[in-house]
Amino acid sequence: MDRIDRILQDFQHVNRDALIPILQAVQNEIGHLNSEAIEKIGDHLHLPASKVYGLATFYNQFAFQARGKYHIRVCDGSTCHIDHSPHLLRQFHKLLGIGDGETTRDGMFSIEVVACLGACGQSPVISINDDFYHSIKSGMINDILDDIRMKNP
Amino acid sequence: MLNDGSDRLKDRLTEIVEGEPGKYSLGLQKIFDQESKNRIDRTVIFTGANTPGKIAGSNKLRGAINRYIEDRKIDADVAQTGTLGLYSEEPVISIQLPGRTRVFYTCVNEDDISMLLDDLFHHTLPEEKLLGQLRNEAHDPWPDVPFLDELPFFAKQHRVLLKYSGIIDPVSIDEYISRGGYRAFLLTIRNYTIDEVCAMIEESGLRGRSGSAFLTGRKWIVARETAAEQKYMVCNAEESDPGAFMDRALMEGNPHQLIEGICIAAYAIGATKAIIYIRSEYRDSIFKLETAIKKAHEYGILGHNIFSSGFNLDISLRKGPGAFVCGEETALIASMEGKRGMPQSKPPYPTERGYHNNPTVVNNVETLCNIPHIIGNGPEWFKRTGTVYSPGTKIFSVSGRSWHKGLVEVQMGTDLGMLVNEIIGGSRRGHELKAVHIGGPYGCMIPPQKMNIPICFEAFKKEGFILGAGGILVLDEKTCIVDLVKYFMTFMKQQSCGKCIPCREGTKRISELLDEITRKTADLDQHDAIEKFRALVQLEKLAAVMLDTSLCGLGQLAPNPLRSSLKYFREEFEEHIFDRNCRSNVCRELRTYYIDVELCTGCTICAKRCPENAIIGTEKHPFFIVSDKCTGCGICREVCKFSAVSYN
Amino acid sequence: MVRIEVNSRTIEALKGQTILEALINNGIQVPTLCSLPELSPTGACRMCVVEVEGMDKLVPACSFPVKEKMKIKTHSGRVLQARKMNVELLLSSHPDDCLYCERNGNCELQKLAEDLNVRSRNISGERRGYKIDGSSSSIIRDPSKCILCGRCVRICEEIAGVAAIDFGRRGDRLKIVTAMNEPLDFSSCIDCGMCLLSCPTGALADKTSLQELDRPLDDPATKVAVQYTPEVVVSLADEFGIRTGTDMQGIINSVLRRIGFDYVFETSSGAEIAVMEQSNAFLERYGKNDHRPLILSRCPAWVNYVEKFRPELLSYMVPVRSPHQIIGRLIKGWFAEENSIPVNRICSVLITNCSAAKHEASREEYYSDNVPDIDYVLTTREFARLIRLHGINIHELEHEDTDEPFQAKGSAGKLFSVAGGELEATLRTLYRHFNGKELPDPRLGKLRKSGGIREESIVVPGGEIKAVAISGLGNAAEIAKLIADKEYNFDIIEVMACGGGCINGGGQPIPGDPERLKARIKTIYDADKNSGIRTAHGNTAVNGLYDSLGFLPGSEESRNKFFTHIKAVKVLK
Ligand SMILES: Cc1cc2nc3c(=O)[nH]c(=O)nc-3n(C[C@H](O)[C@H](O)[C@H](O)COP(=O)(O)O)c2cc1C
Ligand code: SF4
Ligand code: SF4
Ligand code: SF4
Ligand code: SF4
Ligand code: SF4
Ligand code: SF4
Ligand code: SF4
Ligand code: SF4
Ligand code: FES
Ligand code: FES
Ligand code: FES
Repeated sequence: MDRIDRILQDFQHVNRDALIPILQAVQNEIGHLNSEAIEKIGDHLHLPASKVYGLATFYNQFAFQARGKYHIRVCDGSTCHIDHSPHLLRQFHKLLGIGDGETTRDGMFSIEVVACLGACGQSPVISINDDFYHSIKSGMINDILDDIRMKNP
Repeated sequence: MLNDGSDRLKDRLTEIVEGEPGKYSLGLQKIFDQESKNRIDRTVIFTGANTPGKIAGSNKLRGAINRYIEDRKIDADVAQTGTLGLYSEEPVISIQLPGRTRVFYTCVNEDDISMLLDDLFHHTLPEEKLLGQLRNEAHDPWPDVPFLDELPFFAKQHRVLLKYSGIIDPVSIDEYISRGGYRAFLLTIRNYTIDEVCAMIEESGLRGRSGSAFLTGRKWIVARETAAEQKYMVCNAEESDPGAFMDRALMEGNPHQLIEGICIAAYAIGATKAIIYIRSEYRDSIFKLETAIKKAHEYGILGHNIFSSGFNLDISLRKGPGAFVCGEETALIASMEGKRGMPQSKPPYPTERGYHNNPTVVNNVETLCNIPHIIGNGPEWFKRTGTVYSPGTKIFSVSGRSWHKGLVEVQMGTDLGMLVNEIIGGSRRGHELKAVHIGGPYGCMIPPQKMNIPICFEAFKKEGFILGAGGILVLDEKTCIVDLVKYFMTFMKQQSCGKCIPCREGTKRISELLDEITRKTADLDQHDAIEKFRALVQLEKLAAVMLDTSLCGLGQLAPNPLRSSLKYFREEFEEHIFDRNCRSNVCRELRTYYIDVELCTGCTICAKRCPENAIIGTEKHPFFIVSDKCTGCGICREVCKFSAVSYN
Repeated sequence: MVRIEVNSRTIEALKGQTILEALINNGIQVPTLCSLPELSPTGACRMCVVEVEGMDKLVPACSFPVKEKMKIKTHSGRVLQARKMNVELLLSSHPDDCLYCERNGNCELQKLAEDLNVRSRNISGERRGYKIDGSSSSIIRDPSKCILCGRCVRICEEIAGVAAIDFGRRGDRLKIVTAMNEPLDFSSCIDCGMCLLSCPTGALADKTSLQELDRPLDDPATKVAVQYTPEVVVSLADEFGIRTGTDMQGIINSVLRRIGFDYVFETSSGAEIAVMEQSNAFLERYGKNDHRPLILSRCPAWVNYVEKFRPELLSYMVPVRSPHQIIGRLIKGWFAEENSIPVNRICSVLITNCSAAKHEASREEYYSDNVPDIDYVLTTREFARLIRLHGINIHELEHEDTDEPFQAKGSAGKLFSVAGGELEATLRTLYRHFNGKELPDPRLGKLRKSGGIREESIVVPGGEIKAVAISGLGNAAEIAKLIADKEYNFDIIEVMACGGGCINGGGQPIPGDPERLKARIKTIYDADKNSGIRTAHGNTAVNGLYDSLGFLPGSEESRNKFFTHIKAVKVLK
């Protein structure tokens, strides 16, 4: 059975309250949302597709573009900001040639700006997938990316 | 494992409630002592299982410790705790040898482990990275080691809610119970009527810790008095202000304290369903709350007919998919109902018509964590701390360019300067304090000359500041006020739900203007500068209208950073506009880079490295920077071996 | 009763009313932007803010309930400053395109700026560089002019019952979007135009073909035939400051000739042909137990709706063309031939109340031999613009008659303008079919009551025919479900997408307020009352048309000419 249908099976006899949990489940499963998901979820909850889409675009968590194999989160919380996270971000943009919320053509990297990763004590902080890097200096970025590229020749 | 006393405690909960503290049957006291680690017969090593700890590498530490123990076949337990609140000193580990007090080490890394433990197991304390020992009358103290409560960071704090954070195992319900946990709740459902509980909370004068400063008791009474089949207790754990992490620490450090608060609140308003709306990014908090709820069910603290009181309660979790505005209570409710998180006009208030049009109380995590203490110790006890208008304590999350970063819990009314200078040690060494910004993205910029005001709702209001959720950002001379205000306004413009005109358009206009004055414009003459300044002044008027007409707190308070810094740091704005100068050197685009012809050897390095291709020249002749192309990144200056590049 | 004090005067209000309702009832005006009486209030725009004593912030009148002894100031300096600032904020990133804008002179934002005396640009901001969405054949969306009041979103969901659009994203990137941000034409939009009618600005506008009309009009070799619907007759007055509801038929005829149209027709004879055809279709089905009820399909937006949302209802529908498309077919397929005009030398224009007619005209089913049956469709609003463009002083014209053969001799076809009217006309004819005599009182009162669902029945030998008229698809969605589930045993069903029927169509003058609607409806009913010919079957002109065509209603030939195809369409819905 289709992955989305299987998720919907776990949400029987639910109302609109379940919309966000369903979207979260689908996004967890396939990594992002697409029109098939929007339509199926809308049908399941008897909601117009426009409402499902409108809701999904409201929240940070939902993406309509597949994320990179390595999803880079750059913290731009207030502490990281005054410790020059915008500068780090610009370097990522330059080095990867993509902007916030975008994915590199080869599907390797995507960038997301987040507000506080919860490690203000060691600012500035970034995370790549589940790994955290703290007290980053701009010179380190190239090395971090190179490391990853080496692991994925 | 440590938790094998669980059944014993579960069965004895009733006895715990009925017995006076300290007068338990001998058997129970023994269990208590063990559970609260007052008496242990094996070594316990504690590592941080909290977000800042994890990010700093506590998982790796735990691995190293386990390996150490296994390799050497040492009889010891490895336990997890929340955070002590010293974020800048994570990861923290602590070790308790049988019969000795617990000692704490900070900034530990993997390589330190074997040496540290070698020494410890030989009963010598390495001094490096040693923080202090935990006071405990039942154990022998280490000589010449300071007690934690004597350290400046802790000595001036008044820890009630954070008392056990970083000390106990947050997922162990037994550790919580053995320290008197759930006593207040069981007392409540057995001895107090709904009205009595509401009255006690109102009497205590507890005010909403989200910054609302609304009397919690009053809120409950309105919901209680609204007739309805179903009522809801909602715990607001959205906490998405940048720089705020106290709710997270409370949930990660002692989740049962929050669960107990929710239980009492639900009982008081007549709700049988409680919901915790929590940011989905708070994965660790979610895990700990889920575990705590499960355990509470097992112990009969949640569920049907709790301790034969006739009271039923279920707590569920809703994971917020990420929108700052969903912290606003009506937006939060909309989000729970599967809608875009747009705030609604009030009235009707959620206490009358909230979640699915039922009476709903929304309270902040920290507010609810206060409840068990107030019920357990009585409103009079609570009023003894803090000020008359703002009784109790408040937790602040301190970050930025301060010496210590982390969590501070102080009595309301504490002197701000004392907090900043003594508890968190002022700004980073060698740097000068410029301002503290309190209250998150809609907080205010407080200048050094205002450092003597007491921290409480009323004094802040009088000064035109807000406490907000309690985020404190410390700024030194290396931070640019204009840049920071721009940062906050940009945040607000992105986080505004966009529903109402003053907020949606206002935040955007303000951030656009600030963006303009921190960027280089082609050729700016004095007239343009005056125009910009005029526009800036116009923004003050706009700020007043935003406050007056925006639908929700976000739009109303959004201009706060601008208003306060125009009041206290106006000259920095003027410098940016008229002199095109950023005194903190943050606004890079304002800099003009140039190459000194005398010093330049024409080595070409800078031209090769300039990302904007802004440097031209012929080899062995002096190079030039095309200032229109230069974005001020500073790379040329870094790479020039002859110090030929400078800026003004 | 609650007594409140407004600007130091005491006024009375009803308990539970909003401040705005109380103010309106007492003739006190405050500006509004996001609220519309028929929609749920959202309190979004903050234009209606007033000062209430004891409240530290201003409150929105449209969503704040009155309270006993409340003291309100509606125009204090503080209030005026706030409202003005709000308008200045909107204008600060607005395209400043008034001179080129469809809503120039009839724009709520423009009017607010004028009323609030906005005279200088104190705040300026970045323009939003949105692309114009011109994909739809009926509506052009220019998001740069959108002030995000949300009226279109609510009307599309609450009244049109479609919910093709919603707010997307948030904060400074907030925008009205379709599902997956598709162009409108690929969305579930059914082209009803309700959103356009509700929009305060030029963010939603007619997809216009006014300019293209110059060519055929100027070309002496091309004959231009125009038809206009009876709704246009009773609503054009609003565009020229003439008493609402005035019957403008005679004037319209002379206007159109002055502009240069060669043949000037009226649409209602097409409506009466539709009555004849669908009555016959009904007779064929009636008594056989399958596929009841019969659902009328005259409204193109309803057809779109069924195609996109409820394809299971397709077999219930009689695919009779809409009245104007019947005439359109006859103009090119018969009238031109009769008058020896080659098909490439005749141009057919429709002036209509209906936005969806634009989309309809572009459908392949309405092309014969690669030539559209109707070349250009103008809304009532565009018609008014055309009149002004040609500098015609409408106030000084004499009445003239419509051209043969498509005149409005009877009133049955005119009834199509009003919700329930098509049914009324059809039931008159069905009564005659079944009972061999005319309805004793042709006025079917239950179909004339207000409301989105109107039920009526007529007695026939051995039983009765049960009918229901639904207007506003918000109502239809529910009923359609019941029909599909066979819970309702109606025999014949009329569905009109627009709330109140065509008289409130998406192409009508803006604003389409309730008072105007009432006056227009009255004119239609009066015309029916005073008409000598109140049935389609009794209209000699209609019978004459069939005679000249040489076939009978319900025949194979009439099916070929007057029927169309309806099919399921897949969209994200
Ligand atoms: C934009 C905005 C964001 C808010 N965010 C939070 C939040 O993250 N956490 C919170 O507890 N309250 C937040 N609030 C306050 C809530 O609306 C509400 O007042 C609060 O949950 C009530 O709790 P209290 O009475 O315990 O303070 C926010 C308010 C606004 C206007
Ligand atoms: S003030 Fe801002 S966040 Fe609040 S409702 Fe208005 S637009 Fe939304
Ligand atoms: S790097 Fe320094 S010395 Fe070399 S070309 Fe550039 S400015 Fe001149
Ligand atoms: S500061 Fe950066 S952009 Fe400017 S010249 Fe130097 S390297 Fe190039
Ligand atoms: S929408 Fe209104 S204000 Fe905007 S350009 Fe058109 S007429 Fe002018
Ligand atoms: S109204 Fe003013 S701006 Fe517009 S065309 Fe006339 S003079 Fe020009
Ligand atoms: S035309 Fe009708 S269906 Fe389409 S968006 Fe507008 S209101 Fe909705
Ligand atoms: S398109 Fe028109 S009705 Fe819709 S939100 Fe924009 S301005 Fe309002
Ligand atoms: S109700 Fe009338 S005006 Fe509205 S879409 Fe249908 S046919 Fe057109
Ligand atoms: S601000 Fe970056 S981790 Fe908190
Ligand atoms: S942005 Fe100012 S001191 Fe820079
Ligand atoms: S009309 Fe009241 S807020 Fe828009």
